[in-house]
Amino acid sequence: MTESRTYDAIVIGGGHNGLINGAYLAKAGLRTLILEQRNIVGGAAITEELFPGFQFTTFSYALSHIRPEIVKELDLVKYGFMPLLMESTFAPMDNGDYLLLGQDEQQNIVEIRRHSKHDADAYEQFSHDVAMVVQAIRPLLDSIPPDITSNDPEELMRMAALGQHVRSLPPRVVHNGMRLLTGSASDFLDDYFESEILKALIASSGTIGAKVGPKSQGSGLVLLYMAVGEHDGDQGAWSFHKGGNGGFTQVLARAAEGLGVEIATDSPVSNVITANGKATGVALADGTELEADIVVSSLDPRRTFLELVEPRELPTDLVDAIERMRFQGISAKVNFALDGLPTYPSLAERGEGPFRGFINIAPTVDYLERAFDDAKYGWFSQHPYLDSCVQSTIDRDMAPPGKHVMSNFVQYAPYELKGSDWDTERENLGDTVQATLEKFFPGFGDLVLHREVVTPLDIERVTGLTEGNIYAGEFLAPQMFFFRPAPGWNQYRTPISGYYQCGSGTHPGGCVMGGPGRLAATQIIGDLEALR
Amino acid sequence: MRTTPFYERTSALNQTGLWDHWSGYLSAKQYHLSEKLEYFAVRTAAGVYDTSPLYKYRIHGRDAEAFLSGVLANDVRKCRPGRAQYTIWCDDDGYVIEDGMLFRSSETEFMLTAAEPNAAYFQDLVGRGSVQVDDVSEQVASLAVQGPRSKAILSSVAPDIAELRPFFITETKFDGSPITVSRTGYTGDLGYELWIDSDDALRVWDSLFEAGEGNGIMPFGETALIMTRIEAGLLLIGADFGSSRYAWTDGERSTPIELGLGWMFRDIDKDQRHFIGRDAIQREFAGGARWHLVGLTLDWQEWDDAYKRVGHVPPKDHTPLAEEIPLYDKEGERVGFATSSMYSPMVQSHIAIAQVIPELSSVGSEVDFEVTIDHEIKYIKAAVTKMPFYDPPHRRA
Ligand SMILES: Cc1cc2nc3c(=O)[nH]c(=O)nc-3n(C[C@H](O)[C@H](O)[C@H](O)COP(=O)(O)OP(=O)(O)OC[C@H]3O[C@@H](n4cnc5c(N)ncnc54)[C@H](O)[C@@H]3O)c2cc1C
Repeated sequence: MTESRTYDAIVIGGGHNGLINGAYLAKAGLRTLILEQRNIVGGAAITEELFPGFQFTTFSYALSHIRPEIVKELDLVKYGFMPLLMESTFAPMDNGDYLLLGQDEQQNIVEIRRHSKHDADAYEQFSHDVAMVVQAIRPLLDSIPPDITSNDPEELMRMAALGQHVRSLPPRVVHNGMRLLTGSASDFLDDYFESEILKALIASSGTIGAKVGPKSQGSGLVLLYMAVGEHDGDQGAWSFHKGGNGGFTQVLARAAEGLGVEIATDSPVSNVITANGKATGVALADGTELEADIVVSSLDPRRTFLELVEPRELPTDLVDAIERMRFQGISAKVNFALDGLPTYPSLAERGEGPFRGFINIAPTVDYLERAFDDAKYGWFSQHPYLDSCVQSTIDRDMAPPGKHVMSNFVQYAPYELKGSDWDTERENLGDTVQATLEKFFPGFGDLVLHREVVTPLDIERVTGLTEGNIYAGEFLAPQMFFFRPAPGWNQYRTPISGYYQCGSGTHPGGCVMGGPGRLAATQIIGDLEALR
Repeated sequence: MRTTPFYERTSALNQTGLWDHWSGYLSAKQYHLSEKLEYFAVRTAAGVYDTSPLYKYRIHGRDAEAFLSGVLANDVRKCRPGRAQYTIWCDDDGYVIEDGMLFRSSETEFMLTAAEPNAAYFQDLVGRGSVQVDDVSEQVASLAVQGPRSKAILSSVAPDIAELRPFFITETKFDGSPITVSRTGYTGDLGYELWIDSDDALRVWDSLFEAGEGNGIMPFGETALIMTRIEAGLLLIGADFGSSRYAWTDGERSTPIELGLGWMFRDIDKDQRHFIGRDAIQREFAGGARWHLVGLTLDWQEWDDAYKRVGHVPPKDHTPLAEEIPLYDKEGERVGFATSSMYSPMVQSHIAIAQVIPELSSVGSEVDFEVTIDHEIKYIKAAVTKMPFYDPPHRRA
């Protein structure tokens, strides 16, 4: 790299939020450079051929949250955006029975009635209630949240508008929203259902990526967050992007480059260069310095505030808030290359039928809660919850014909192990997961051609996500909206002029959503216009 | 209702029990609980559609070419042996009767497909020439094998298929059964159609599915077919146009130019070929058509806003709309009608095949598309778009 190059904007980190942010900045006419430490972009959303012929979604594995505006505004279809359908959700049970939900609503009713006649219309009511809450919070996901610490009339107006919005909602929606945002998934579900397998299936989503059990307060919030996405307008449904989430971030990279963004891989940033309280550029690990008036960090708040800049240049309150922000990674991945499709004995005749979407290994709410118990005391679950999918049934290009790749998202796997460490326990976790699968899919072990275990430590090492927290900061009420990542700093700015944040640690938060990247770009462009 | 030669297999695979009636045959609406699954199989792997209910006419004899060149509007002489041609036939006033695919296996041997019975129409036009028109609809079973994996699957059984270029046909042995394969289809994807002696139907089906095992092959039904053909911008009789033979008014009828098929007559002035409708079509070229066929892409923002404003989740329904939708210009004047509409998962937008007045038919022109939300009529801006809407590079591979 030559030393003399200057840019209007430099984005640190080429995860999906960095790519999206850079693309919007370039679209607004800024000469933009994205710097990625690894040899590929995508961050936690990558696809890698870790075993010849088999494509692994190493980390993130399904798509739902991506804001539809981004698809349109960045013309992603032109660059290959292709969300495929995850057709079903299959929840095996301990007794060999199962719950298998799919695209046909009438068939779903038949299937739920097999478990509980009561729960069939309760399920429709539940889905509608959650969808109403989602509909109510969607505008909040797609706009910059107000700053509660500010007395600026504009901010006060926005607070008032927010109050107005809440006031305009039916009381049932507000109440349900409150119950979800503050309560436990399990309590919320008890109000609707009697079927254990149905409750366990839905409660599972309330634990994704969070150090909460289904009975912990806070799991309601995660359940809600997992429901805000869509597949082709079908709220709460998930897609598998062609080529996995890595396929998606490749689309983003092409779109960004199409807009004129320069992407440099193998370019770890060491720090942001500042002068007189203003960002002036970045220094790479190899000492190269690059100039820009705008520097945007897509890294998590710990790195954005405590590593890329000197904490002593920041207000103590902010440093304190970031130090107190909780990460506590709790999730792992175990990915397999398989010689054939697993078999669930009571569905053996149905071939691929149950495997064209998610497989949810958590037969009861207690199973989930016990899995969490292990983590509370510093160990990984001995009977883990698995959110799995055999992705090669959805996208045939993920594995050679007749062979398969299986992604297993594993909980709970706490970042801090009591009395051991992840380098020691990595394969033990792999064995535990494989044994769990063997229990539900007899003969599973014989199918395994290759296994890749990704612990929270590996997530941290590879992507830089602190403590391996998949959301770049836990989904806890005091770490959302007004407070993400810290009160007063929830509008993508930092105390350093020209230095911005755009990663999952900012509003709305984690998942392959792009909201942070897009909203941060809106803020940056707005600030530049105000200067003119 | 009759069943096709593949019924033994299709009925076992149809998990839904949903069948349509097509030319008196049972035809699966969908095989799986999710028709979208089948749609994605076509777009990412391989789908198989039983097209056996099509009418098929074997037209042969020394004068077959001369006969067809006078009866069909597209120039059959350009369809050399070993090739396939999309064609239409018109009435004397230049209105379209029907469209179909013509396959030419030798100088004197043709097969024409049609959605509706046309035997009397063609036979009555034969006259004294040495031509025979045989209805072989029952003798020939047919399958469309469509999708990016179709080539690999088919050529693993019959390697010569790998070499077949678009709109070419070949006669080959498929695991022992003699079949004709054409690189044609109705999905806008890489794809082939197999023309099979009915007695061999099940054998070919079984070999095909055996070869496709592990490659995601699956049968697909009418809903997925219609989705893919709209994305491909291909016309459907009864939806995008009606047969002039049975129309009551000219308003119901369409000319080739109105249907975007003017390209068939590029050389009409240089060429003396006489065919039914020629004079009228030539006049229309000079005088201008009433409508032009266009693709429309609805404005996503207006669509979303119109629904969100009144508290709805904006619907994105991939199921093709059966009704015709009126189109207006900015002044509220009626300027056309959309004949096939859907939400396209590939385009990630609502799309439509439509006919609009010529003044509004260039790419980028805007019309208003009518929708009803909570019983109120709303207008959504739609832009004229080049068709096909979805045109993957592997289609030409
Ligand atoms: C195991 C796992 C499973 C998940 N599953 C899903 C899922 O199925 N669906 C879903 O929606 N979400 C899922 N998530 C969450 C989602 O993937 C993340 O929230 C999201 O990808 C984060 O995107 P980001 O751009 O904000 O950050 P990141 O993807 O973390 O991107 C940050 C980038 O910065 C780079 N970087 C770090 N430090 C430096 C430096 N100093 N210099 C230059 N570059 C640097 C990193 O290499 C990385 O590319 C999962 C996450 C994990 C870890």
